[in-house]
Amino acid sequence: MAFAAFATTEAQPQAPKKKSRIALFLLLPGLLYLVLFFLTPLISLVLTSLQAPAEFGDIGQFDYAFNWQNYVVVVQDYLPHILRSFGYALAATVLALLFSYPLAYFIGVKARRWPLLQSLMLVLVIAPFFISFLLRTLAWKQILSDESFIITSLKALSLLAPDAHFTGTPFAVIFGLTYNFIPFMTLPLYSTLERLDTRYLEAGSDLYANPLTVFRKITVPLSMPGIVAGTLLTFIPAAGDYINASRDFLGGTDTQMMGNVIEANFLVLLNYPAAAALSIILMAAILVLVGVYVKRSGTEDLL
Amino acid sequence: MSVREFAERGADLELVGIQKRFPGFTAIEELDLTIPAGSFFALLGPSGCGKTTTLRLVAGLEEPTRGRILIGGKDVTDTKSHERPVNTVFQSYALFPHMTIIENVAFGLKRRRIGDALGKAHEALRLVELDHLAQRKPQQLSGGQQQRVALARAIVNRPALLLLDEPLGALDLKLRRQMQLELKTIQEEVGLTFLHVTHDQEEAMTMADTVAVMNKGAIEQMGAPEVLYELPRTSFVANFLGQSNLFTGDVVGTTSTAISVEAAGRRIVVPTSRAQRHQGEITVGVRPEKVALHVEAPGETADRNLLGPGRVVDVSFSGVSTQYIVDVPGAGAVVVFAQNVGSGPVAGVGAEVWLSWAVDHGFGLDDEPGETGRFPADDSTRSIAVQRREALVSELEEH
Repeated sequence: MAFAAFATTEAQPQAPKKKSRIALFLLLPGLLYLVLFFLTPLISLVLTSLQAPAEFGDIGQFDYAFNWQNYVVVVQDYLPHILRSFGYALAATVLALLFSYPLAYFIGVKARRWPLLQSLMLVLVIAPFFISFLLRTLAWKQILSDESFIITSLKALSLLAPDAHFTGTPFAVIFGLTYNFIPFMTLPLYSTLERLDTRYLEAGSDLYANPLTVFRKITVPLSMPGIVAGTLLTFIPAAGDYINASRDFLGGTDTQMMGNVIEANFLVLLNYPAAAALSIILMAAILVLVGVYVKRSGTEDLL
Repeated sequence: MSVREFAERGADLELVGIQKRFPGFTAIEELDLTIPAGSFFALLGPSGCGKTTTLRLVAGLEEPTRGRILIGGKDVTDTKSHERPVNTVFQSYALFPHMTIIENVAFGLKRRRIGDALGKAHEALRLVELDHLAQRKPQQLSGGQQQRVALARAIVNRPALLLLDEPLGALDLKLRRQMQLELKTIQEEVGLTFLHVTHDQEEAMTMADTVAVMNKGAIEQMGAPEVLYELPRTSFVANFLGQSNLFTGDVVGTTSTAISVEAAGRRIVVPTSRAQRHQGEITVGVRPEKVALHVEAPGETADRNLLGPGRVVDVSFSGVSTQYIVDVPGAGAVVVFAQNVGSGPVAGVGAEVWLSWAVDHGFGLDDEPGETGRFPADDSTRSIAVQRREALVSELEEH
């Protein structure tokens, strides 16, 4: 016994050091990956965003410089796109939240008694992922097109004005964004609501709170981690999305978002510094917005 | 009574013909109960006997399948839980984790738009001596402190009826004793009606004015703790509330004041007034502390019952008293609690002993012949298995 005790006391001071070395070793592949595929491109992107057109060069030829006016120019040229990106993303996030919360609440709380129904509904939420994102968006283009069966029938029934259009309108773009990001909203909401202790709701009801107050004062604050995760997972990719707003899919000329102009500058106009500057602006704006949002929602002690 | 105002005093609670069925099982068979205003009432029973369901029905968290619930004479059966003048101290405390202690305590007052909610909440926290922790979050408090906050959160509303769902179950023994006293003091101070659900018989007896013993969805016996202990009506009550030695046999003789039962090869005499049934096969019993142990055969007297000789099979010393288990041929194991007035045990394991008790201390039970039987000792594997199953059933009942 005494011998064993002696051995452990001797081994103890070494143990943490050994552990941290193993941890470092295990972290190495991840760190290398991040340096190669995140940090390097990021630095390259920043450098590109400051490039100036090459003297006597062709279109698409640039030299390294410190041409910070690129940022001023892209903000002046693309301010409507920048605002539109965040506006559409915000609208899609709010709509997805309004749609997903009741759904997630039903699956996570009400359906607890029927595990089979719970699993079935979760499968239905995830099922769209089995079909490509592009195909699903194209399908919606068909469904919302002027010639589609639904639109023509609605027009025949005079439920829609004869000259109504859907594809190419902000409505279609926001609709597409909402549709495509709903699973990203529903799943984190489900995972917090599934753990929601209904005894708190009973306690609220016992303390004279009507169902609406119980929801406002207890359910929503307790599901805040899911709301924050879901809105971030929807808002961030939606703000940078360029598929839904693209003219080839649900968008039109006046629904172009930042993703579309970045794509156009990189691939069509070959204006790499402008595209890079826009990408940096998008990233910085999202970082600031998300930072403020997470700070204000005060979910630190619930996480 | 409106929930917008404080209750001046406790209200009566009346349960009339309550039945509660869940899919697959019946939690409460048929329950009639009246709790007078201002009393401290304990509902005592093992897990799964329906006592928590009863509490949830009163709180409005479950709807009865049949029957009416009246609080202060007013029918509240169809009233939603947030409109009932009732507050609950939950077994899990259910303190809102996203609110501070003071926000938790003021929650009910704010919902009812009662003026100076924060001031009253601080006052309630002072009553449970936790005002200095008002700005903490529940998870920063110990179990005992959380329990007191849960109590403050309920009593600050001055409900006509306060429901306590095993609120002391999670506390250690010392804290439990202290909280029992505090609860009793608070109840006397504020004069509310308390309905306390517990499976701890000692807690029920020390705190309550009236105890109702519940088993399998029905009340077996109800009354003052002393009466219940002195004169249990059924073998379940006799063994759930303290311990009992029970003997079953046929009535062989009746006088004007006593009946004799032929059991364990002897005649056991019980006063007629203390027996529920007076003929046929009946079960009689005596509390272990009323039984005296003799190392020599005592002379037979008319006012004492005598058993033996038997053999001591177990002796366990617990300070104030010593518990002997004596195997008496024909009667099985008989438990004796002897006060340690002398020094050391009077008899060792294997000793031949005789047992006797005053006729006036015996009691006769109401059980039908055949359904009695020795209540399994708490440590037997069978009783553990039964308790496990009952715990699982009650867990299911909660969902």
